[in-house]
Amino acid sequence: MDVFLDPANRQAYLDGFLTILKLTGASALLALALGMLLAACRVSPVPVLRALGAGWVHLFRNTPLTLVILFCFFGLYSAVGVEFSEDIHVNNYWLAVTGLSAYTAAFVCEAIRSGINTVPVGQAEAARALGLSFSQNLRLIILPQAMRSVVAPLGSILIALTKNATIAGVIGVAEASSAMKALIESNGDQTIAIFAVFALTFVALLVPVGYAFSALANRLVVRR
Amino acid sequence: MRIKRLAAIAAVAVLAFGAAACGSDSDTPSTPSGESPLVAKAKAGQLKFGVKADQPGLGLQAGSAYEGFDIEIAKIIAKGLGGDAAKNTYVTTVSANREPFIQTGQVDIVVATYTINDDRKKKVNFAGPYFTAGQDLLVPTASTITGPEGLDGKKVCSVTGSTPAKRIKEKYPKAQLQEFDAYSKCIEALNTGTVDAVTTDDIILAGYAAQSQYAGKFKLVGKPFSSEPYGIGLKLEDKAGCTKINEILKASVTDGSYKAAWDATLGKSGTPAPTLDVSKLTNCPA
Repeated sequence: MDVFLDPANRQAYLDGFLTILKLTGASALLALALGMLLAACRVSPVPVLRALGAGWVHLFRNTPLTLVILFCFFGLYSAVGVEFSEDIHVNNYWLAVTGLSAYTAAFVCEAIRSGINTVPVGQAEAARALGLSFSQNLRLIILPQAMRSVVAPLGSILIALTKNATIAGVIGVAEASSAMKALIESNGDQTIAIFAVFALTFVALLVPVGYAFSALANRLVVRR
Repeated sequence: MRIKRLAAIAAVAVLAFGAAACGSDSDTPSTPSGESPLVAKAKAGQLKFGVKADQPGLGLQAGSAYEGFDIEIAKIIAKGLGGDAAKNTYVTTVSANREPFIQTGQVDIVVATYTINDDRKKKVNFAGPYFTAGQDLLVPTASTITGPEGLDGKKVCSVTGSTPAKRIKEKYPKAQLQEFDAYSKCIEALNTGTVDAVTTDDIILAGYAAQSQYAGKFKLVGKPFSSEPYGIGLKLEDKAGCTKINEILKASVTDGSYKAAWDATLGKSGTPAPTLDVSKLTNCPA
């Protein structure tokens, strides 16, 4: 365990998890917004939008995240020239956020769509009878009810996203698993201890998230 | 039902233990005192070498076979221990698992661009060095970078958690360090112009630069800024084996097999064979 007594190593460990939290926070917000938009597309009356939503979900849900993030670096940045910042670390961070949120949005979309299916058809029909447009219907009647029934699945997606954020390491974002690799490289005799500390930190971070979302889901659920 | 299942599990466990016991018997052939267990293993054709699989010219897996300078050195060692080099088993190792592989006996000997240093010496024993590399830069042919001092504000690529990456962070903090999990991705980024330089040991860079698809595109800066003596790793307590391997290395210089190993692999890039300074071989502490 003395590997964590060295302040430099402790700093690397803390920085790694801080990066995970930053990646998760930014990606979660973007994925939620994008996921809602995609869900709206998938249930919209416009065929082109429905196809766009379905295409996005099928493409990102079925592609390994590592490939998505590598594509953000070698495709978006290297080949196409999408650059967020001159500073390579800031740039890589946002490239990773792009990949993570595009990928996670596909799962958020499907969760919300399943929530929409829990809203009784009569609700939408009544709203339409009152003269509400499709977007009013979605915003005021369907999504508020749908979101309350998918709090628990969204929690699972958030937990998965937090762990998935470690994949940002493949394009050089100094997240927790890169920090772990660096520590193991120079402290090969303490591999198990290093693994254990990193794994337990993830558990300690994510168990409360799981409980919080379960509690929230119970409070918000629409009882029918 | 439950009892039957338990009995079955117990039976399997006993079998596994029995097999393990047999295995360990045949794994450690009895050795005359003072002789390394490696000699008996070599004679039985059971030597397992840990090597790299992704470093052209040094240790590269092509299909099911391995090729490169490290592999040739492994063959010389097997022959010198009295075995048949054709019977060597090669196991792919990466930098982080070399010590554990030796300690747990998953490999007998590691020849994998393995720099001798004090931390590693606490866990494994090193014979050699059979080659001394140095950290250098690989840049596009037209680049104006002439050394690590010229990296200010430039993008330089290395592998996550590696010693070369650490050295850049500590000594040249003004360089922008891009890290990937493998050098092949760095070379790809260098090829597309996304990074300005790739850094690691010169010999590894030379191997990549010599690959046919990159011919003429890159050049080595040629100003090494570290010293990386490559050793041959083996079990910490095997002093006899360490001494024996050093003798084999000495003999390989005299009989020309060391130079032949170089010429057949890295020598193809046009770099003349290095002279192996036998006076610098380790004194094999046990």
